[in-house]
Amino acid sequence: MNPIKTFPKGGVHPEENKLSSDQPIITFEIPKQVIIPLGQCLGAPAEPIVAKGDKVKVGQLIATAKGFISANVHSSVSGTVNKIDDVMDHTGYRKPAIFIDVEGDEWLEGIDTSDTLVKDITLSSEEIVERIKQHGIVGLGGATFPTYVKLMIPKDKKAEYVIINAAECEPYLTCDNRLLLEKPYEFLVGVKVIMKAVNAPKGVVGIEVNKMEAAIKLDEIVKGDKYFEGIEIQPLKTKYPQGGEKQIIKAITGREVPSGKLPIETGCVVVNVASTFAIYEAVQKNKPLVYRVVTVTGKSVKKPSNFLTRIGTPANMLIEAAGGLPEDTANLINGGPMMGKSVSVTTFPTIKGTSGILMLNEKDAQPRKVSNCIRCGKCMQACPMGLEPYLLNRLARQNNFEETEKHNIMDCIECGSCEFTCPANIPLADYIRYGKTKTGQLIRSRNQK
Amino acid sequence: MSNILLWSLVILGILGGVAAVILFFVAKKFKVEENPLIDEVESVLAGANCGGCGFAGCRNFAEACVKAAAEKQSLSGLNCPSSDMSKVAGLLGLTATVAEPMIAVVRCNGTCENAPSKVHYEGADICGFANTLYAGENGCPNGCLGLGDCVKKCQFNALHINKETGLPEVDEDKCVGCGACAKACPRGVIEIRAKGKNNRRVYVACNNVEKGAIAMKNCKVSCIACQKCFKTCPFEAIEMRGNLAYIDFTKCKQCRKCVEVCPRGSIHEVNFPPRKPKAEAPVEEKPAEIIKEQPNESKE
Repeated sequence: MNPIKTFPKGGVHPEENKLSSDQPIITFEIPKQVIIPLGQCLGAPAEPIVAKGDKVKVGQLIATAKGFISANVHSSVSGTVNKIDDVMDHTGYRKPAIFIDVEGDEWLEGIDTSDTLVKDITLSSEEIVERIKQHGIVGLGGATFPTYVKLMIPKDKKAEYVIINAAECEPYLTCDNRLLLEKPYEFLVGVKVIMKAVNAPKGVVGIEVNKMEAAIKLDEIVKGDKYFEGIEIQPLKTKYPQGGEKQIIKAITGREVPSGKLPIETGCVVVNVASTFAIYEAVQKNKPLVYRVVTVTGKSVKKPSNFLTRIGTPANMLIEAAGGLPEDTANLINGGPMMGKSVSVTTFPTIKGTSGILMLNEKDAQPRKVSNCIRCGKCMQACPMGLEPYLLNRLARQNNFEETEKHNIMDCIECGSCEFTCPANIPLADYIRYGKTKTGQLIRSRNQK
Repeated sequence: MSNILLWSLVILGILGGVAAVILFFVAKKFKVEENPLIDEVESVLAGANCGGCGFAGCRNFAEACVKAAAEKQSLSGLNCPSSDMSKVAGLLGLTATVAEPMIAVVRCNGTCENAPSKVHYEGADICGFANTLYAGENGCPNGCLGLGDCVKKCQFNALHINKETGLPEVDEDKCVGCGACAKACPRGVIEIRAKGKNNRRVYVACNNVEKGAIAMKNCKVSCIACQKCFKTCPFEAIEMRGNLAYIDFTKCKQCRKCVEVCPRGSIHEVNFPPRKPKAEAPVEEKPAEIIKEQPNESKE
């Protein structure tokens, strides 16, 4: 294996707390009713094509993408459409969703539901991208960006590397780790599929060294089989945000994504582990994205677990299966502790982007006393993008969005390292995120003129 | 020692003198002729740059006034909510058309009691940010978030968050109705309404557009779109905007019938004298009588 690499600038190392890393993936029971929100990806929500009373099968298309950045939504169960109504999602706002009453588990014809490994990639690269688009694959790391957009390489660009983001730098989350350990062959075929889709000669799997077991396993498979030629396993230092797109490119290739540009400028395509597995299933097994691995964890949780859940399963069922909501839960988070968002209800449906459900206990979620900024500069040292968080925070508070733009607020990846390291406990990431949305609006309104 | 001092004084003095002469001629050459009226008009304005007039600042507004007076001989369309327009008009030799005084109205009554918090928010104290994150501590997606974006924007110190209710309160004496708070509110909770006759106003103190059953769960005083007020209003001043009743202040005659019929108490009346028991009695009895009579008639 190659020597350990890392990104050079900034970063923090929060407590890892990978409590569920030894828990095998459990296939979760199919609930009596699933709630499938229409807006499951970045960009425009999908438009429903089924009506109340329609019979649907697993994998059937129930809502079509609307616009370029949007993804198809498929039924994750078989049964009858109960209604199309608003449902409270993890933010507490009501969003349109399709409610399906489950009857049996009947898959759509043409979907290979067996466990046999399909190695031969018969589709051409255009067909692969089209398949990924049709099967509604989005970035499953949490950002839920439609994957097919990433794989459509502009004509004047060339993809050299396919980087698989297996860093899983978020504390607590273990879903990617478990997937690598339990489905290594499928995963690696997925890497081959992506390499063929973008016509890249090299595939690099970046894994943080705290997941050495998975790294060694993958490395043995790759070295033992000629079929996997071109794939490399690259151990990375355990440092947050190693799994940031720009950080992992910098760590592995040494190239820097220019400000405001996409990773393809550096000849890289970065795909998440779960997405890679979903791509394998979609391309080789013709299976749309109907389930994903969700980590349900927390220090006080009785059974921290990894569940293979159907999209649309209510979160409270998963929490129940992990031993129920602990009494000392002070903060329920959708995602990991660094970038995930606190939720106000437990009944929200799991969607494509739900990588984890984290229950923080009172001790960890204790609000800390906020004091004034003394310009110690710790946030600048921690910022992996080389920004000045204390300054952006101040400018955003002053609503001075012309200045925030000049200080490159749009390059912020919202990793929260600054806030984590701030000795004054200032919610820096919040203010910067606010400044970023406002600055984005400013730029868009200017571009429209 | 004294030599150095002397020399520096002399050299600096000469430099200063030369610079002064140059500046004098430059100032003469590039002098911008400006109507002195603009300064005068600006001096009678409030000087808060609140933006209530629609211009970027008081100076821009003063320029627009002087320009309008010279070109059109009228100040129509120009109104500064925070200062006396008759003074402006007097300076420009015109008579002012006094615009109806406006005031900010908080259309949410989701106090800690009426809409108890289900979750606790920790984070940046900006409503605009919290609005993108979640629906609110009490779960109402249209209600006040209570973080005070409006208070920060108010130039007249007329808005304050009441710590007991968690809602902003408008100081009637100080508010000029410039609308800075209404623009700052990400949810449109604050509305600029006419101050009303005798400073009396009737308005729906709710901004929730969800269906009745859902609106009912989160808040005790939410509008549930029962349409009782809509049907009762004799002046057609109430319209249903989706699942929310809205009282058009240009049509409202302040009869307060809607206040009586509202089952949720979400229509507020402000500055009305307390109702006399005499006037109240028949109003309450009448509908009761009608209900009694109707079954009798049908029986007969």
